Parts: sequence; C-alpha cells; structure tokens
Amino acid sequence: MASADIKAGDRIVHKVFPPITRHTLALYCGASGDHNPIHVDIDFAKAAGFPDVFAHGMLVMACLGQALTDAVPPSKLRSFATRFVAITQLGATLTCEGTVTELFAEGGERRARLALTTRDDRGEVKLEGSAVVAL
Amino acid sequence: MVDQSAVGRSFTPVTARVEPGRLRYFLNTLGEQNPVYRNADAARTAGFTGMPVPPTYLFCLEMMDVDDPFEMFSALGIDLARVLHGEQSFIYHAPVLVGDTLTFRPRVASVTDKKGGAMTLIGIRCEVTNQDGVHVADTARTIVVRNEVAS
Repeated sequence: MASADIKAGDRIVHKVFPPITRHTLALYCGASGDHNPIHVDIDFAKAAGFPDVFAHGMLVMACLGQALTDAVPPSKLRSFATRFVAITQLGATLTCEGTVTELFAEGGERRARLALTTRDDRGEVKLEGSAVVAL
Repeated sequence: MVDQSAVGRSFTPVTARVEPGRLRYFLNTLGEQNPVYRNADAARTAGFTGMPVPPTYLFCLEMMDVDDPFEMFSALGIDLARVLHGEQSFIYHAPVLVGDTLTFRPRVASVTDKKGGAMTLIGIRCEVTNQDGVHVADTARTIVVRNEVAS
C-alpha cells in the first residue's frame, strides 16, 4: 500500500478464497476453539432448524482479516469490526473487499477508514464491516 | 429469556497462552501464507519484536483456553442451538505476539430485545491484557439469541 497516494474511493483490499468445505469447517472448529456443534454436526444443525451445517461467522471474518493484512501491514491495523449479515453456506466462494472511505488524523498519526465487505459467489453480502489503519 | 439484570455481569477471566503450534494450525486452516505470521525475519522487518497473530485470533484464544467455553450461555440460560454471532469488533492497542500470556475479562455490556422479543441481542465486551499488564486490545461481540416464540 503506497500510503502517501491513498485517497477516498480507492479499493485497496481484494481477495478471493477457495470454496468452503466441510473439511474447512471441521479444521476451523479445532483451530479456533469454537466447538459449537452447529458448524460441524449436521444432526445438531437440523435439530436447530437449519438445513445443513454452515460456516462460523468468525471463519468468514478471518478470511476478511487475511485479505486486510495482505494489503495493510498488521502493525498498522488499529481496529477491525464486522456485522454478520447472512449465514455463509457450504461451498461458498468468498470475495473480500475494502475501500477507503475517509482519511483523518487521530492518535498523532494519519489514518484511513476502510469499508469492508465479504460476498459469496452469488453476490450476496455475508459480512459488512470497517477497519481503521495507520498510514 | 435474558433480561436487563444480566447487564454488568462478568465471567471467569480467561488466561490464554499464544502457542506457536496452535497458531500454525489456525494459519494452515485459513491458507494464510503471509510471511509476517510465519517467518521471524519477516515479522521483525514488519516492525514486531516477535511473531504477531492474525487480526481475529484474539477471539480464538479466548475460546481455546477457557475452562468452560459456553459458561456464559449456561450462566444466562441460553440454548446453544439458538445462538448466532451478530457483530464482532477488535480495537488493537499493542501487538500480541507468540509466547504472550493474555488475560481476557468478558462482561455483559448490553441486552436489547428485537422484533417484539423474537430476538435478544447480548453485547459482550472484553478487555485483553498481556503478561506485563499492558492493555493490548478490547474486543466486543454481539450474540443474537433466537427466542422461542409462542405460536
């Protein structure tokens, strides 16, 4: 990221992830410590009224975080927030994007606010969020 | 149903160590290839004194090392099958590095009913400090409880 040239409207984050598989969900269950069976046990998910298991919101946010720190060094990240808009289904191919919305000064440094989204391959928004990064 | 009496309630603080093997498992699961998380020299070049963790990993650390991961749900009488994650945020004050020992102090910050009681939103805030007492981060999450609605 060439921080001197950055301006509102610039899309600086863009990454596409491979489809989410049951295997990913099983691995993430262990890797994240989130053992809620609703993400890995189809019997539990069905009993809870869902047609199948579905992705952990935090797995989707982790993808967005990865896309973010591909573009911005982690030492520059000041805050990161998301709203989980819709459940992410198995097989979803996620696209994570971030656009600069504002440049400002805070904490004695120049900062940029980014608007973030994660969409699936049908264009449905899964996550909507924002981040503040130092320039 | 969870009501306003839950606001201010705190839960057992969680102490979590940032272990390299577990972090590697997380990185592999996410296909994370950024050298800053995998290579000590790359981390140093990026301005860290050790190996940093990815932006959402704080959430995982709290869940991994807690004695009872669903303490909050049982304490508040919430059925796990009715819980969804609504919002999550992190404010970063100082680096979190492999080898750190972190303390998480979660508490209920808000309880809000939605859709005439069909949903309850529970706001949980958590201060995170490290082994030197440095306040490294603040996390906040909103838990959505789908309440049983009489038909």
